Amino acid sequence: MTDPIIDMTDAAVSYREHVALEGVSMRVHRGEFVGVIGPNGAGKTTLLTVVNGLGRLARGSVRVLGLDPFNGSGHLVRRRVAYVAQVERLDPRLPISVRETVQVGLCGRVGWFRRPSRADRDRVDEALDWVGAAHLAERPIGHLSGGEYQRVAIARALVQDPDIYLFDEPTASIDPKAQREILALIQRVHAQRKTTVFQVTHDLGALAERCQRLVLMKQGHVWRDGPREALFRPALLRDLYDGELAAHARAWGALCG
Amino acid sequence: MSWMLLASASGFFAGVACAVVGVFVITMHLSFLGVCIAHAAFAGALMAVWLGFDPLFGALAFSLGAAAAIGPLADRGEINPDTSTGIVFSLMLGLAFLFLGLTPGSRTEALGLFWGSILTVTPRDAAILAASAAAIVALLLLFFKEIQAVLCHRHIALAVGIPATLVFYGMLFATGLTIAVSLRCIGGLLIYSLILNPAAAAFQLTYRLKRMFILAAAFGVASCWAGLAASYFWDLPAGASIVITSSLLFAAATAFSPKRKVKACPPLNTVS
Repeated sequence: MTDPIIDMTDAAVSYREHVALEGVSMRVHRGEFVGVIGPNGAGKTTLLTVVNGLGRLARGSVRVLGLDPFNGSGHLVRRRVAYVAQVERLDPRLPISVRETVQVGLCGRVGWFRRPSRADRDRVDEALDWVGAAHLAERPIGHLSGGEYQRVAIARALVQDPDIYLFDEPTASIDPKAQREILALIQRVHAQRKTTVFQVTHDLGALAERCQRLVLMKQGHVWRDGPREALFRPALLRDLYDGELAAHARAWGALCG
Repeated sequence: MSWMLLASASGFFAGVACAVVGVFVITMHLSFLGVCIAHAAFAGALMAVWLGFDPLFGALAFSLGAAAAIGPLADRGEINPDTSTGIVFSLMLGLAFLFLGLTPGSRTEALGLFWGSILTVTPRDAAILAASAAAIVALLLLFFKEIQAVLCHRHIALAVGIPATLVFYGMLFATGLTIAVSLRCIGGLLIYSLILNPAAAAFQLTYRLKRMFILAAAFGVASCWAGLAASYFWDLPAGASIVITSSLLFAAATAFSPKRKVKACPPLNTVS
């Protein structure tokens, strides 16, 4: 097997007295689709900040794409790791258009003192077209609905041309139709780009079908890590959520047939 | 007439520089930060007057110091940015009054720093203003894409590999520099109006950042020149006229702002 693209050993993250992540070791290979699930506060988002070097590593070692994101190479790692967060509440008067927002994805790779080339700008338009948001290009970014905003966020991630995509609860706070569309886009990203994808969610119903590997997180620890079919089981999930599966009725229903 | 030319040139450069840094603080919703750094520059200049050296150096040291203190305080998240800015602001106000009280003699120079004197700027003041404004505009042109990313999407900028914290601190330093070099010309009590009002007016009128910089600079220069004209023709205080003009421009921009318009509902028969 090839070298892992992400290699984490005994990683721990703490914020003041609160330990957000404890003793996490994990290897992820190129092209894997990893679903990270668990209740709120389980350390899922913190795990993603260890991958892109934006967290505060208290202990352990982390190599991403052969680099150490916590030892001066953070910005080099982040240029090759795209991060799509939850829908953000933006000031509707913000002076930036959808196209300019997508162009932000190019900034890290283009580098200081250089303007995006004609080819770069074409890539922005192609990405907007790919996510079905070409008609929104000139709109102010603060005027979009939640679903439209997430499409644009995925277009921004695409122009970054990353080796790893991190999706952090990308379907939270958007309506069911938009949720399905965003999930379909994430699946297309993985199918066509053959890159590594992490999808974090607390909602079992919002997990992409292409996800082959599941990481179940609880109280800052990796509780289980394995193939989806082995871990997507009612008894395990009930334990993961301490019996509180009511909020995930849709997934629960599907699971139980 | 050479003093009028000098005053017009100073108004131009102060108007442009203040408007550019105004766009930084307005877009990031950090208006109070401009007020705070202005008071720091004021306190530093008063300390310099008390100790008998050039107020510009005191203003520079204090405003850059305040910018350097507020950024990390706000970023670490241990203190709310509003609280940290408020604490630095109150400290600077206290220091300003302390140095004013300690200054012996008539205090004419110290009091002059309150409202500035655009009509009596020296060629040296104008040259420093011109160099600072040119440097700030050059940096803006050079790093526009990074500045735009950090101003509008700071967290995303950081996540795509832009050194967003460095860019943010750079903008705070530019604000400190602009305020320090404009202090003698515009005055400690009036400078933040010239920073906030033109940029706030431009913010009302456009969804394009480039256009916002250009509009803000035009409003800043127009405010300075209108203030100068009011002072020349009607013998009104120049600083006060500049501030009032910029406030009127903001009121007009707000009245005509496309951002205030609510999109009308289409008639029922056009809804498919």
